[in-house]
Amino acid sequence: MPVEAKAQIEIDRTYGDFSYPEQHAYDAGVGLTPETIEYIVDVKGEPQWIREFRLKALETFQSKPMPTHWASKDLNVLNFDDIRYYLAHGQRPTRSWDDVPAEMKETFERLGIPEQERKFLAGVEAQFDSEAVYSNIKKAVGDQGVIFVGSTDGLIKHPELFRKWFGKVIPTGDNKFSALNSAVFSGGSFIYVPPGVKVKHPLQAYFRINAENFGQFERTLIIADEGSEVMYMEGCTAPKFETATLHSAVVELVAMRGAKIQYVTVQNWSNNVFNLVTKRAIAHEEAEVKWIDCNIGSRLTMKYPGVVLKGRKARGEVISIALAGDGQHQDTGAKMIHAASETTSNIVSKSISVGTGRATYRGMVHVPRHLKGCKNNTECDALLINTTSRTDTYPAITVRGTGNAVQHEASVSQISAEQIFYMQQRGLTEGQAMSLSVNGFVNDLVRQFPMEYSVELKRLIDLEMEGSVG
Amino acid sequence: MKSLIVKDLHVNIGDREIVKGLSLEVERGKVHAIMGPNGSGKSTLAKVIAGHPDYAVTGGEVLMDGENILAMEPDERARKGVFLAFQYPMEIPGVTIANFLRAAVQARMPEGEELEATEYYYRLYEKMDALEIPRTFTSRSVNEGFSGGEKKRCEILQMAMLAPAYAVLDETDSGLDIDALKIVSNGVNTLRGPDVGILLITHYQRLLDYIVPDFVHVMVNGKIVLSGGKELALELEARGYDWVTKDEPEPATV
Repeated sequence: MPVEAKAQIEIDRTYGDFSYPEQHAYDAGVGLTPETIEYIVDVKGEPQWIREFRLKALETFQSKPMPTHWASKDLNVLNFDDIRYYLAHGQRPTRSWDDVPAEMKETFERLGIPEQERKFLAGVEAQFDSEAVYSNIKKAVGDQGVIFVGSTDGLIKHPELFRKWFGKVIPTGDNKFSALNSAVFSGGSFIYVPPGVKVKHPLQAYFRINAENFGQFERTLIIADEGSEVMYMEGCTAPKFETATLHSAVVELVAMRGAKIQYVTVQNWSNNVFNLVTKRAIAHEEAEVKWIDCNIGSRLTMKYPGVVLKGRKARGEVISIALAGDGQHQDTGAKMIHAASETTSNIVSKSISVGTGRATYRGMVHVPRHLKGCKNNTECDALLINTTSRTDTYPAITVRGTGNAVQHEASVSQISAEQIFYMQQRGLTEGQAMSLSVNGFVNDLVRQFPMEYSVELKRLIDLEMEGSVG
Repeated sequence: MKSLIVKDLHVNIGDREIVKGLSLEVERGKVHAIMGPNGSGKSTLAKVIAGHPDYAVTGGEVLMDGENILAMEPDERARKGVFLAFQYPMEIPGVTIANFLRAAVQARMPEGEELEATEYYYRLYEKMDALEIPRTFTSRSVNEGFSGGEKKRCEILQMAMLAPAYAVLDETDSGLDIDALKIVSNGVNTLRGPDVGILLITHYQRLLDYIVPDFVHVMVNGKIVLSGGKELALELEARGYDWVTKDEPEPATV
């Protein structure tokens, strides 16, 4: 089918393109030295073990080379001396909606968070800059014994739970950016769900970068104890700035025997953000971990949510949508490490490349020789919008031994000029036709997102696509 | 009288001329049929009226109720009332018929006005019932995995929902068995009326047994070579296209 060459595009990013005057009570300045870390630890009032943990992580970070040999040379643009590693309003997490500063409420307003979602905010952890501004666990959740606090509160108030798992799923030295996060992390959530507790409401967090040159390094640790269930949702939008902004989070999930964790992310970074995130889960016996991930925007995103299937009959799943706009690179995928028999994993990845956008699927599935009855299914579908768009697939599947089943399917498709003409003939503009086709392409995955996110997602795709033609 | 007028139309694909000075007037309330052998330029005419970007109009005009539409984008023409039932309807994976048609109906509404969902579904179901289309159809992706008959019925459903001023049906009978042909024809017949002009493009006379046209035109080698009433179709069926091509001395001028 013919593919129409399109002129370069102007994406309308007004959705996230605004910011407010910065007011930072604490500021570690630019650059990264042991003094920066001492400053962070002192300001946050953290215990000695964290100080040592951070300082050691800094050494690891500095000793590791930039991973440009397998990923993108674009990483070389990052100048770690220009980045601001810690910055906070100096406010304690706010308890009620009334206490949230008016300008931040306005931000929510501008982002078009619907009215009915405001009530969800009653149980939300919202992060502006590097401190949780708003952290209010819904009363019902608290009554169930669920701990839902910022990472700093978690490590100070619940050291017995926190220390046991912190840095165990993703060791400091896992990669250069997990080491960086371990050195300078602030913000993010700590969640503990007691045995058998099924958290009815999704726990939500809104993150936002709101300072030029400010890197955001949130750290999230979720522990779902035996037989418990929890869903966590995070959404990000960032205002547009002139210089590169680094976002490098670490998220660790622990699903104990029979527990279920769903982690939902919808991100819409502005074009200059480097989004280098490490996300991994450990699933114990009969536990289920599902990552639902949507990446829109950013200059470069590198993110491969993983599940270590550690216990028999554990299940891991990654559902991901990536939209690489003009000049953007979405390097995303999944890692499934089968470490017990009868474990199953499922990866479904869909990407859309627009203009000079580039979407890369990078997957790793590992089944060692001694295991029996493991199953993996991997599907990755790419949609190319313009002739200048690019997609790559790097599936690394290692299966040893016998009695394991693996299947992998990949497809690349395009929206043909004939499809666009057909839709235009029904009265839709070229932009509307594109938008509808792209929404159709990801429709089966979008349905898996919680309702309010799927609406937001559709709107984000519309905004990206409306400007992609002409 | 309001009509769709094609005046001395010349169309090229690349350097090759496909339509060579064609003139035609389709009045609202009338059904015109264009018949012709393969390669005569029938489908090209249909696509040019709809504004397909692959064809270059090198001469002539297409006037819709007096307004030349050739400079308009396909979607603008569509919103003004031109509908094309495709010979090969495109698949749109993941987009349900309900959502697709809703977007199309919405696109025809004034800015700022929102389509009322219950009213929309009421209309949609009404049209589907008339076309004997089961309700489950609405949640299927547009044309994806459809049989030939389902695709054509889906085209007619779209036509019913969008209520065009002028509808061009391009080989709507192709790939249909007799039962499907009857259903589709019934659908078209119920849409006939004083407000719509219909241009049927077909290779075979068979369709015209079910949708009886007011006028029949024979198109050969990019031009209309013969026009007449509905009985012309029967004569063509009996005598074949060779009969008209022989009657028409080359080169012809219009």
